[in-house]
Formats: sequence, structure tokens, C-alpha cells
Amino acid sequence: MNEEFSIEIINPDKSFLQRKDVTEVVIPAFEGEMGILKEHISIISFLKPGILKILSNSNTEEYYVEDGIVEFKDNTLSILTSSIISLQNKDKNKILELLKNAEEESTKKDLSDQSQYLIDQKLEVLKSIN
Amino acid sequence: MASLDDLKKRITSVKSTQKITKAMKMVAAAKLKRAQESAERGRPYSEKMNNIILNLSFGISDKENAPKLLSGTGKDQIHLCVILTSDRGLCGGFNANIIKKAKSYFSKLIEEGKELKIITVGSKGNDQLKRVYGNKIIENISFKNSKNVNYFDAEKVSKIIINRFENGDFDICTIFYNQFKNVITQIPQAQQIIPLNTTNNDQENHENSYEFEPDEDEILNNLLPKNISTQIFKAMLENSASEQGARMSAMDNATRNAGEMVDKLTIEYNRSRQAAITKELIEIISGAESL
Repeated sequence: MNEEFSIEIINPDKSFLQRKDVTEVVIPAFEGEMGILKEHISIISFLKPGILKILSNSNTEEYYVEDGIVEFKDNTLSILTSSIISLQNKDKNKILELLKNAEEESTKKDLSDQSQYLIDQKLEVLKSIN
Repeated sequence: MASLDDLKKRITSVKSTQKITKAMKMVAAAKLKRAQESAERGRPYSEKMNNIILNLSFGISDKENAPKLLSGTGKDQIHLCVILTSDRGLCGGFNANIIKKAKSYFSKLIEEGKELKIITVGSKGNDQLKRVYGNKIIENISFKNSKNVNYFDAEKVSKIIINRFENGDFDICTIFYNQFKNVITQIPQAQQIIPLNTTNNDQENHENSYEFEPDEDEILNNLLPKNISTQIFKAMLENSASEQGARMSAMDNATRNAGEMVDKLTIEYNRSRQAAITKELIEIISGAESL
């Protein structure tokens, strides 16, 4: 059976990625990582900082995302995000910069629990890929 | 009649103006292409976002407790108007059209006894509005330094708006911008973003078969602020394409007018040159005859 479905990643200013041959996508959803296969039930969720994995028969790609919205419907996975970086040919400086920003942010006092959680996540992920 | 020298000077000055307007037209045409492309590239994002929100708002079970950004504060006393204009002039009726649309909306609001607050984005709008509505302008934002429209600028504007909304500064927020139709036509738009207008697309069939994780409310709370940034970003993209389009056609007109003016002045110049020659001849002939 054909197990491929399509994915599109859209940035506010452009279409970031469009593929029709992916077999599995692992997304860092807000309540934990979520693997999506073909014929998954229609779902809407949003992302926390983490690593997005796109698996196909030929290769595996990894991306770092900070936030976004995911929708899966009719075997099309749409991801709307304003911050996504490919980890294939990763730009060390960019990641270091993000890490620095995140560290600065985490030192702020008046954070809500939720944003505190998101920043901790961000730091953890950034450190792991750095 | 002006002297030959004066005419010559005027012709040169009109010609150099023409050169400038022509160059501006070329620049605008090149920028327009880029702006148009990015406006088109930005469309899928805002459309998708809109779809998801529509699906969500139909799926929401408890309308009463829906987030305020979606359902509004229940009042419509204080209106916030966000006027998006350009930072540069010389673009024909571009800014004037937005301002005209906004002003008619303002006077309607004031007639109805509503309270009005204005945020201007872009310095041209601020310049034109501060004379009449100066005391209503609560903030003026300008992105003179950013070269291209980018999402971070849009996010900054939306953060300001959302902060003010959460402080209870206003009940209804409308943004004004020019929608790009083609190079000669830009349509001024007024779009209400808070509370969100979900009635427009009612005719579509919204089957609600989504699963939500976490629940609808939480997603909506997360999504609605993003949607405002997206809408503002879309408006900014449309605006920048419109601005370049308007500038291009305005400069095209100016170049043509300058051409006509040069023709007219050249005819006048030649005519007075001939007249001067004829006059000299007559003087010489009549001088010779009198001898």
C-alpha cells in the first residue's frame, strides 16, 4: 500500500517546503511529540520549540521550529510557522544567536508559567542541537 | 512673452524633471514586481490561518466563554482605527485614498457618538491626520528603517494592539489599507480584526471533524493573536504592492505630462526665435530703405 502523504510548510512571507512523498512526520506538538502517518484523523494543534522530523523512503530531514500551527486534513499536513531552520546545513551562528536570545529572555522575572515552560523547552532543544 | 533665454532654461528644467520621474517610474516598476511577488507568496499563510480559525470557531462548544479576541467585549463604544500608509510621498492618490476612506468612517463614528482612537502606521498618514484628528492619535508607528515589509514589524504592531485590547482600551479594532488589484487600481479597505468577523464565509459547509490537541479554547487563545499579526502582515504586503503600483502610474503620468510640456515650450521657443529673426530683418530692410 502506498503510505505517502503530502506536507506543506508555510512561512508568513513564502512557502517554505512542499513535498508529496513523506511517510512519517514527527512534530513537537504542545502536549508532547506526535508522529503523523497517512490516514491520521483530522487534527489541529500547535507547536512548542522543538525538532520537526520529516521521514520519507529516501531520506530524513530535520528542522528546528519555535512555534506554529499544525493542521492535518485529507492526507495533507500543513504547518504554519514563522520561525523554522533547517538542520541539514546548520548555521552555527544563527543557532548561537537564538540561544543567546532565549537565555536573555529566561532571565526575565515576570514570566507566566506557560512562557517559562516554552523558554525552558527552547533552551533545552537549542542546547541539544548546538 | 518670455525671452528666449528664459524659455531655454525652462525647457532644460522640465527635461531634467522628466528624467527624474522616469527614473522613479523604473525603480517603482522593479520594486512593484518584488512587492507583488511577496504579496502573492504571503497569501497561502493568511488563507490557511483564516480557514483554521473558521473551522475552530465553528467547532467551539461554548460561545459565551469564547476568547474575547473572537467574540468581542460585548460593547462597541470605543473604536480603534489602525491606518496603514506609506512613509514616502510621490505616489499619486495612494495615501489620500486611505485617508479619505478613514475620514468618512471617522465622521460616521463621531456622528453615532462613539469614541475614536487612532494608531497610524507610516508617517504620511500621521502627517495628514494630525491636523484634524491630532488629539485622537494615540500612537504613531513608522518602519522607515526596514527596507522590506517583514513579519517582525507586523508582530510589533499587533503586540501593541493586543496589549491595548487587554487593558480595555477599545472594543472594536479596524485596519485601513489599500488592497492591490492591479497597477492602476488600488482599493482602500476597512477590515475589522477585533472581534474577528466570522460571518462572511457562512455559506461554506463546515463539517467539524477535527480533533484538537489541546482543546479548542487553548488553541484559539494561542492562534488569535497570531492571526492578528498575520492580518496586519497581509495588509502591509498589500499596501506595499499598492504603494509601488500607485507610484509607478503617478510617475508615468508625470513623465508624459513633462513630455507634453517640453513639446509646447519648444514650439513657443521656435516661434519667438523666428519672430526675433523676422524683426531683425525688418529692421535691417527698413534701415536700408531710409538711406
